[in-house]
Amino acid sequence: MTEERPMLDVKNLSVRYRGTDTPAVRDVSFTLGRERLGIVGESGSGKSTVGRALLKLLPTAELTADRMRFEEVDLLTAPERKMLELRGQRMSMILQDPKFSLNPIQRCGLQIAEAYRTHVRCSKGEARAKAIEMLSAVQIRDPERVFDLYPHEVSGGMGQRIMIAMMLLADPGLVIADEPTSALDVTVRLKVLRILDGLVREKGIGLIMISHDLSLVRSFCDRVLIMYAGRVVETLAARDLDNARHPYTQGLLAAQPRIGGSRDELPVLERKDSWLEPAEERP
Amino acid sequence: MTMLDDTSGQTSAPRQTPQALIAARNIAVFLAKAPPSAFGLIVLAVLILSALFAPLLATHDPYVQDLQNTLQAPSAAHFFGTDELGRDIYSRLLYGSRITLTIIGLVSIVVGPIGLFVGTVAGYFGGKVDIVLMRLTDIFLSFPSLILSLAFVAALGPSLNNAIVAISLTAWPPIARLARAETLTFRQADYIAAARLQGASATRIIWRSIVPMCMPSVLIRLTLNMATVILTAAGLGFLGLGAQPPLPEWGAMIATGRRYMIDSWWLVTFPGLAILSVSLAFNLLGDGLRDALDPKQMNRR
Amino acid sequence: MTLNRQHMRGALGQGASILVTLFGLLILTFVIGRIMPTDPVRAIVGEDATQEVYMNVYQELGLDKPMWQQFFLYLRDLATGDFGTSIRTGKPVIQDILHALPATIELATFAIIIGACLGVPLGVMAAVKKDRWQDHVIRVFSLMGHSMPIFWTGMIGLLVFYASLGWVGGSGRMSQFYIGMVPDRTGFLLIDSAVAGQWDVFRSALRHIILPAALLGYSSSAYITRMTRSFMLDQINQEYVTTARVKGLSQRQTIWRHAFANIRVQLVTIVALAYGALLEGAVLIETVFAWPGFGQYLTSSLRIGDMNAVMTCVLIVGLIFITLNIISDILYRVFDPRTR
Ligand SMILES: Nc1ncnc2c1ncn2[C@@H]1O[C@H](COP(=O)(O)OP(=O)(O)OP(=O)(O)O)[C@@H](O)[C@H]1O
Ligand SMILES: [Mg+2]
Repeated sequence: MTEERPMLDVKNLSVRYRGTDTPAVRDVSFTLGRERLGIVGESGSGKSTVGRALLKLLPTAELTADRMRFEEVDLLTAPERKMLELRGQRMSMILQDPKFSLNPIQRCGLQIAEAYRTHVRCSKGEARAKAIEMLSAVQIRDPERVFDLYPHEVSGGMGQRIMIAMMLLADPGLVIADEPTSALDVTVRLKVLRILDGLVREKGIGLIMISHDLSLVRSFCDRVLIMYAGRVVETLAARDLDNARHPYTQGLLAAQPRIGGSRDELPVLERKDSWLEPAEERP
Repeated sequence: MTMLDDTSGQTSAPRQTPQALIAARNIAVFLAKAPPSAFGLIVLAVLILSALFAPLLATHDPYVQDLQNTLQAPSAAHFFGTDELGRDIYSRLLYGSRITLTIIGLVSIVVGPIGLFVGTVAGYFGGKVDIVLMRLTDIFLSFPSLILSLAFVAALGPSLNNAIVAISLTAWPPIARLARAETLTFRQADYIAAARLQGASATRIIWRSIVPMCMPSVLIRLTLNMATVILTAAGLGFLGLGAQPPLPEWGAMIATGRRYMIDSWWLVTFPGLAILSVSLAFNLLGDGLRDALDPKQMNRR
Repeated sequence: MTLNRQHMRGALGQGASILVTLFGLLILTFVIGRIMPTDPVRAIVGEDATQEVYMNVYQELGLDKPMWQQFFLYLRDLATGDFGTSIRTGKPVIQDILHALPATIELATFAIIIGACLGVPLGVMAAVKKDRWQDHVIRVFSLMGHSMPIFWTGMIGLLVFYASLGWVGGSGRMSQFYIGMVPDRTGFLLIDSAVAGQWDVFRSALRHIILPAALLGYSSSAYITRMTRSFMLDQINQEYVTTARVKGLSQRQTIWRHAFANIRVQLVTIVALAYGALLEGAVLIETVFAWPGFGQYLTSSLRIGDMNAVMTCVLIVGLIFITLNIISDILYRVFDPRTR
């Protein structure tokens, strides 16, 4: 596989949930190499929907695209059997809310181990060892104990790390992280980000990082997609974020509270219907 | 059998009159789209028409015996054959639909008000009144309805009227539960508070403001329960504790036909089909209504 | 698990509410017994007893006392295990009922197994295929089961499967031929015959129970199907189901290992309730199949107005219902990690 060919190539992806009139995602195009791509946008702008569409996990939605390729697989035509092979093993997604994303009646450790056992033939003991190893990798102090806890017995931050452990266990090549660090405190957040960062550098995975947090994306990602109402309004390199041209991005940036910044009222985000027009190609 | 009732679905019934109209239209549209519910409606229409026009549609007098022509198989002269006394089964079934309708109507008339009264009073006053009334409801609910009706009929003596009384005695608790749940949802509403501030009496508030609000969902629940009522009535008739011969009640017809069942299958087959289709019709219709009114099921996530 | 205060209070409150329900049950049966048209004195002394004998018995039964005193007499009798004597059989009612109950429990248990094995998979399937044709077919099929007059279906079943096809045994618990061949140990014929090694009797019993049990099971499966479907629909949209899919589990694995696992506790409650409702169907089906169980005992007693028997039967059904509710409650606590 050559370096030039992107790992993920999406062209004009649209998703419409059944029973709704307007698509939740419209004409989204982007490519992803072995890099960290951020997706930011306000709540409801369709970020999670894009992530799920890539895994074809939207049973109640209609999905259309001109192109949607992951490495050698054409995701658009891939049968469910092929998707089962891909999911978890080659591409996985850290889901947004650990409170709801973990099965409430199964011990956390078993849920992590299941991710491994689905793709790798091994004994229960091996899977357990693997899961515990992963738990300590995501900075959980007492992994043996946490393994046997039920989801309602762990804190939000712990749940998020359990989720991360689960999704990284089978060494996927592409990880979609849907706000993976929103419930973590600063120190743990840095450690977790470092783990993800290490994966990108050492193993050469592709990472899509979905977030509300512009400053996080700015410092952590290579490139950023700005989404608004289901559309990508702007794509730019993270370091160019301050030079964003689109008024929505500028608005988002201005709405960030900053330490040491002016104490004026935070500006209210401006919204214009004209932004819903297809974005012109920006270099 | 108050088994298919999950009250949760009903609490979201329309509250305001215009909304009720909209809901009614939605229901009509929904029914038209759902063939099973439409089938239910058709069967019920047939039932009502045959009850109304029984004298016109019947080919024979349902009570006249013809001992020359007993146990005749279905033929052009007797569509569904004749029974052990030579009476025409088809005509008896037609007249039986009147009994079925009577049972349904009377039970509704008794059960609706009792359930509404207990439910709204419990819901409106809350506290001790609520506890006492709901305990009472629970006690009645802790029996299967057929067995309780059996016991009541045995106590009152077997007859059609007593069967209706007994069924009513066992059929009000689910209605009361529902009315209470409904009342609780708008007890706090502004216009109730306003009425209270204006000094309206509790009776007046319940009667004028709360009861009308509970009406739509109570009516729907009554429809839903009719299948159970019909089966219970037929069961009582079958056990000889409901309508008495020579009344052409369908359950009782099956009971007498049972003796001749092996050689004359039509004696039990047709009344049974009649019971089955009417109760199925109510169930299908109720199921459709429930879906039409359940917002959770309407948007297809 | 430690029993904390909240648990204790919950248990106490529940115990109190059970007691109240129980008390209501007793009042209800008492009232039913008192308004029965049969004259309990006449039933004991016979038609041609003298006025004097009549009055003696009248007083002996406490019928001259005010109602509330009679009620406490009734409670006292119950407390000492005296449920009265059946007019029809002349034996203590409780003895009759305990004798008849195993036949009914055997039938109902067999039926609930069939009902659950039918209803649960159908409900899951209906939820997974929501709004597709499978869902509609399952809905009509199960509503059909709920709409059948069970006594009629029983007859038609006998007509078709016994009289015409000869696939199953007819009425009764076993062929006439075998009656009395198996010693009565537990009252459950299938168990007794198996223990005694009487496999012929066992086979005969099986042939006899299968039809009424299947019909009862079908009729109770309607409720189980419906509730399973609605529970599953709640689960299928949950986020953790998506998690399982992301891990690469197939739809089937996701459904059974994750979504279904989450409704098992609720299903236990439902099946317990359905079991109680089966008793109702059993009353009717026992009449059709001449099944010598509780239902038949109740209906025969009703027909001749055997007051003590009817009161006790109603009481026992109520008790069974309350017990089932308690059991399902306990199971709920035991099996759901969140309620522990
Ligand atoms: N299952 C669904 N059915 C119908 N509409 C949905 C469904 N899931 C999401 N939507 C709609 O799609 C749009 C995009 O939702 P999405 O979850 O992708 O937003 P998001 O950008 O991830 O928001 P957040 O930052 O709050 O997570 C929203 O308007 C939402 O209401
Ligand atoms: Mg999201």
